[in-house]
Amino acid sequence: MTQFSDLTRLPDARGHFGPYGGRFVSETLSFALEELEKTYQSLRDDPDFQAEFDDDLAHYVGRPSPLYHAKRWSRQLGGAQIWLKREDLNHTGAHKVNNTIGQALLAKKSGKPRVIAETGAGQHGVATATVAARLGLKCDVYMGAEDVERQKLNVYRMHLLGARVIPVESGTRTLKDAMNEALRDWVTNVDDTFYIIGTVAGPHPYPMLVRDFNAVVGREARVQSLEQIGRLPDVLIACVGGGSNAMGLFYPFVEDDEVAMIGVEAGGDGVETGRHAAPLTANAPRGVLHGNRTYLMSDEGGQIADTHSVSAGLDYPGVGPEHALWKDVGRVRYVAANDSEVLEAFRELTHVEGIMPALESAHALAHAKMLASTLRPDQHIVVNLSGRGDKDIMTVAKIDGVEF
Amino acid sequence: MNRIDQRFAALREQGRTALIPYITAGDPAPSHTVGYMHALVEAGADIVELGVPFSDPLADGPVIQKACERALKHDTRLTHIFDMVREFRRRDSETPVVLMGYLNPIERLGYRQFSEQAQAAGVDGVLVVDMPPEEADELAPLFKEHRLQSIFLVAPTTSEARAATICAHGEGYLYYVSLKGVTGAATLDVEAVDRQLDVLRKSTDLPLCVGFGIRDGASAAAVGRVADGVIVGSALVSRIAEGAERPEAVADSLKAVLGEMRQALDA
Repeated sequence: MTQFSDLTRLPDARGHFGPYGGRFVSETLSFALEELEKTYQSLRDDPDFQAEFDDDLAHYVGRPSPLYHAKRWSRQLGGAQIWLKREDLNHTGAHKVNNTIGQALLAKKSGKPRVIAETGAGQHGVATATVAARLGLKCDVYMGAEDVERQKLNVYRMHLLGARVIPVESGTRTLKDAMNEALRDWVTNVDDTFYIIGTVAGPHPYPMLVRDFNAVVGREARVQSLEQIGRLPDVLIACVGGGSNAMGLFYPFVEDDEVAMIGVEAGGDGVETGRHAAPLTANAPRGVLHGNRTYLMSDEGGQIADTHSVSAGLDYPGVGPEHALWKDVGRVRYVAANDSEVLEAFRELTHVEGIMPALESAHALAHAKMLASTLRPDQHIVVNLSGRGDKDIMTVAKIDGVEF
Repeated sequence: MNRIDQRFAALREQGRTALIPYITAGDPAPSHTVGYMHALVEAGADIVELGVPFSDPLADGPVIQKACERALKHDTRLTHIFDMVREFRRRDSETPVVLMGYLNPIERLGYRQFSEQAQAAGVDGVLVVDMPPEEADELAPLFKEHRLQSIFLVAPTTSEARAATICAHGEGYLYYVSLKGVTGAATLDVEAVDRQLDVLRKSTDLPLCVGFGIRDGASAAAVGRVADGVIVGSALVSRIAEGAERPEAVADSLKAVLGEMRQALDA
């Protein structure tokens, strides 16, 4: 597809990634989005803003995060070398904080005293509550009632950080409904409220700015690969729900044609069962939700479909619009990992490397595991270990039949 | 001339304000919708806005969200809604019908199919809440081709430059959202609305209709003094919710609410 030969120059001025993306919002939000776009455009190339962002990433988040060679696991799998980009070692335990630091700086510059966020697994909520505490901003986090139940630890973390967690009872009571409520809140309180979206979805300019703030992951991984491997990796693998950690890792490599990229979606009970959250893998129809056009799981009447995944963070019927384009142009291959494969990978990495991954990240690991054994030992896979698994201990214990 | 333009021309001649009720199609069950539409017309509706239920109605408050849920329990789809409009048209060939909803059901049906079927059923205008003019490149020409008027929203936060763009694309009437927030939210400031409408009149001759926050005769009359039309949704939909157990009695309740507004507007 020659018309998208330069994938680094997207989105276009109206926020479109080819046929995807855009700004499909009620008029009541247009002003706020235009304002945000202007604020971001004036700051993205501002050296002072970048310096402040970089300084926060270095001293508050603890970047750069290491690129760790999982030697023992690689040996066991008997194929390619697996390297883990350790986003789990960031402050708050996931890649999400890269973006919240960036957006909180935007909130500060725009002088708004309150931030809101949606959250699925709670990682983005925790990361938002964290930066809000640090900047003295009032913080409300919308979370699906079902996710509040399965992520109690993160809910309490947010309370401790001074945020209010608002359980969302409407719809499927998961991430998409949390985003609906956050958008409704924003429409109502747009004068004093900044909406920190946690993934590369939503109306323009969110997919672009969340990508830009997370791209530090891929920039570091590129430099680290050259230093530690001596060349670029053969394959990058990351999990994809909305797709922010995958976007962060992939984007700086998008023009390196020799680097293959694989996004791993939530296969749930199996894509063939219909109980999954894998719109790209399942080739879901195009649709519009939360302000952007993308691959979207919906029924024949256009109603948004129920999704299923063991991991709350991937339990979303759509996917970031840039991923949708990358699928169409073939730059990234999208596959799914089932809940059972994910749990196996979760346990295996914990046992073999002493690293407990988030269930979201375990999707990427599950695919890496399968792929590694088909490759040679002189080939290298970089997996984005996007978050740590502490938050998932209760979920896994429940599956194991353990009660506390 | 389109039914919507005809209606506003007539109202202008009579010096009256348009009364535009909204109900969600299929709420509480598809079999009641056409009856409710006729009841609304009998009570003085000039245009009927028929909501297309959506699982994720982002711009709506709890009242209309629940209406969508009730309608979707019966799997109310666009094809059923076209049937409702067709049935309505058997008894009423004059009252304009506007479909109001979100883009995804239209996207899923297909833009051309939607336009063809809507026109064939007797729909006059379409308001797609999450499709601002900038995203309407593909759909707007199809609406034109099928004589469906594109109705757009204007908000208190809409800049003058944007308002000019919206006015240039809008047809039928402009739907002025009288307050920040979702449908069914708090009370409205009529003076502020008046000032905003004055600004809008500089860029358009389209009738300016005001929605959000109109709940009774008094608020309808207050808005009616400054606007060309008043749109009332949540106040009616909450009656449908209250009467969901005995839906056949709801028609009278809708008539009572809307009739009071009609009287207040015409007084």
